[in-house]
Amino acid sequence: MPHRIIQAEWLAPQVRRLVVEAPHVVRHCGPGQFVIVRADAQGERIPLTIARADRERGTIDLIVQAVGASTHAICELAAGEALADVAGPLGRPTEIENFGHAVIVGGGVGTAVIYPQARALKDKGNYVSAIIGGRSKPYVILEKELSAICDAVYPCTDDGSYGFKGFVTERLKLLIEQTDRPVKAVICAGPVPMMRAVADLTRPLNIHTIASLNPIMVDGTGMCGGCRVQVDGKTLFACVDGPEFDAHKVDFRELADRLTAYRDQEQRAMERHQCRLHVHTVAAK
Amino acid sequence: MKPAERMKIPRQAMPSRDPSERARTFREVNLGLPEEIARREAERCLDCKDPKCVRGCPVQIDIPKFIKLVAAGDFAGAAASLLADNALPGISGRVCPQERQCEQVCIRCNKGQPVAIGYLERFVADWAREHLNGQTAAPAAPSGYRVAVVGSGPAGLTAAGELAKRGHSVTVFEALHEPGGVLVYGIPEFRLPKEIVRKEVDSLRRMGVQILTNVIIGRTYTIDDLLTEEGFHAVFIANGAGLPVFMGIPGENLKGVYSANEFLTRVNLMKAYDPDSLTPILRPKKAVVVGGGNTAMDAVRTCRRLGADPAVLVYRRSRAEMPARAEEIMHAEEEGIVFMMLTNPVAILGDDKGWVRAVRCQKMGLGEPDKSGRPRPVPIAGSEFDIECDVVVEAIGVRANPLLTKTTPDLKLNDKGYIVVDENGMTSKPGVFAGGDIVRGAATVILAMGDGKKTAAAIDRYLREKVPLAGR
Repeated sequence: MPHRIIQAEWLAPQVRRLVVEAPHVVRHCGPGQFVIVRADAQGERIPLTIARADRERGTIDLIVQAVGASTHAICELAAGEALADVAGPLGRPTEIENFGHAVIVGGGVGTAVIYPQARALKDKGNYVSAIIGGRSKPYVILEKELSAICDAVYPCTDDGSYGFKGFVTERLKLLIEQTDRPVKAVICAGPVPMMRAVADLTRPLNIHTIASLNPIMVDGTGMCGGCRVQVDGKTLFACVDGPEFDAHKVDFRELADRLTAYRDQEQRAMERHQCRLHVHTVAAK
Repeated sequence: MKPAERMKIPRQAMPSRDPSERARTFREVNLGLPEEIARREAERCLDCKDPKCVRGCPVQIDIPKFIKLVAAGDFAGAAASLLADNALPGISGRVCPQERQCEQVCIRCNKGQPVAIGYLERFVADWAREHLNGQTAAPAAPSGYRVAVVGSGPAGLTAAGELAKRGHSVTVFEALHEPGGVLVYGIPEFRLPKEIVRKEVDSLRRMGVQILTNVIIGRTYTIDDLLTEEGFHAVFIANGAGLPVFMGIPGENLKGVYSANEFLTRVNLMKAYDPDSLTPILRPKKAVVVGGGNTAMDAVRTCRRLGADPAVLVYRRSRAEMPARAEEIMHAEEEGIVFMMLTNPVAILGDDKGWVRAVRCQKMGLGEPDKSGRPRPVPIAGSEFDIECDVVVEAIGVRANPLLTKTTPDLKLNDKGYIVVDENGMTSKPGVFAGGDIVRGAATVILAMGDGKKTAAAIDRYLREKVPLAGR
């Protein structure tokens, strides 16, 4: 059953938002859950966070960063085209409480993962701060959307071209030190080194910290075990036990290492993908 | 023909692809019996008064009947008879452990080899697929009842067919993007071509069965949704066993260590053996597969086809205790798989970049029988040794997937998390039935098909006796 894309736009270089018809997915989905998507019948199964669910329209927002051949293929789709498969919602929804002051931290496309938490945290009565980062100004995404929900939004860039100059963790440290509302919970998503740095920052301060993990996954239903991560010395499956875990207990070193398992294959797939695109472009001319 | 003449005919051999070719191709190993050979094999059946083979069959196929029709050359008659008893003979004819079921109890075992019932089942199924052009019996008049089937593996597909035959409107929900369950993600192409599964699924569709892929019951819909808002009168849960078990030894999260489920899913469902597939797989140069069942055999033979030399199978008991089908073990040997019996991994060793470099094993001896009745493997002290490899596949079993059961709190489970059913296959929740691996734990395709068939009959009785239809 193909899923029509009703809207598609670039949010940042190589980062695309797709609004996709998926009426069966929106029915039970909650913040923190994801879907598995295939662009076409030959496609790889790619897990993507449900960035937003519109129950009335029966659509979900997916925010995709083109990194490999499969994500490039998804990003090349335009409004009116369709995804071959959308399965979900998968994973466990975030357990949201009234923490008091909750900070959501998103790095790069990880901001798409923490975006749905903002609304859920707000609905529970939290004071919500968002710290969102990117390499430079164009890479900071969803600032407007988060500003409409959160009490404060702190954009950060590595090069200082916009907002705070420095990493999101540095901004988080400042916020924790300077705010008169003590930070009670942190939810983070982004590159593994970023999540690890957030965990290292909040661990000694005993601030409850959740990380949304992005390991390699095939089926997303617990069947393959490819997404196994070590949490508190135990092997858990991100797809059925997560994808969110206590950041203070995650073995980030192992997670980062396992994410590199197919680097060579991905490189070759990417070369073939670009080669095919080139052939198409030449043929079109 | 007199019994004495029948007794003189030797068991016919299954033609198969040359082993040297097999190590490089995923094309099917067994090639099927030619018509003449099939008729000759069928003539070996003594048509005994007490056909034990029928009782040895989990779906109670009337074996002597279809075999007699094959011997007479009435293949259409044989097909009609076989298909009435078993909706998926092209599948069971290929993957059943016949040597432990119908063929084990064949009277001809008393003096020589049993009738090759499995080969003949496959022959008739393949003949039907080629000659009947997917025609199916006309479905019964619509009953007005709607049944949801959760999972499209062997139990689900069988139940769907049986229910449709009785006039019920059936919807099958599949979590993956392709129907077939273990038949498409688990069993490799060289043992069960996916085209056969697709054709079986197509014929169910022609019978009016609706199949919805990408729907995860327990997440997309709950069982209660199906019974209320979605308007189903009964549900059959056949979502399989699920989560892979790991050995729990050091080094299992190194790169290059797979569960058999992941390894086989990448290769079979996602076609990773095709260099053009977007789904990657680590192509083993030297592989170690752990386990002794059919899944282990599938994994190690897949490793071989992806280029592993050697492809080593490590099993902690001895050859005699291996649960795999006899034919798979034979084929694996022909293909040059190295069998290391009475050997158990104690650690997986990695290099400084996090890649597997070897499996450390210890030798085992056999002790007193354990709970399963098989001799317990006992480690031999000081016997550790390393097997060099770059890929390890663990095929040591699965445990119950909690995804559906966790969102259905009123389903009674056993201590291992599998669903408890009564003699009719009904769970603790009225109108909700279950069968296959989610009830049994990891078992076989044919036992799942047996559950599907038996439970479909029970669901039919339940609906007609217990569920009044609105407007009647």
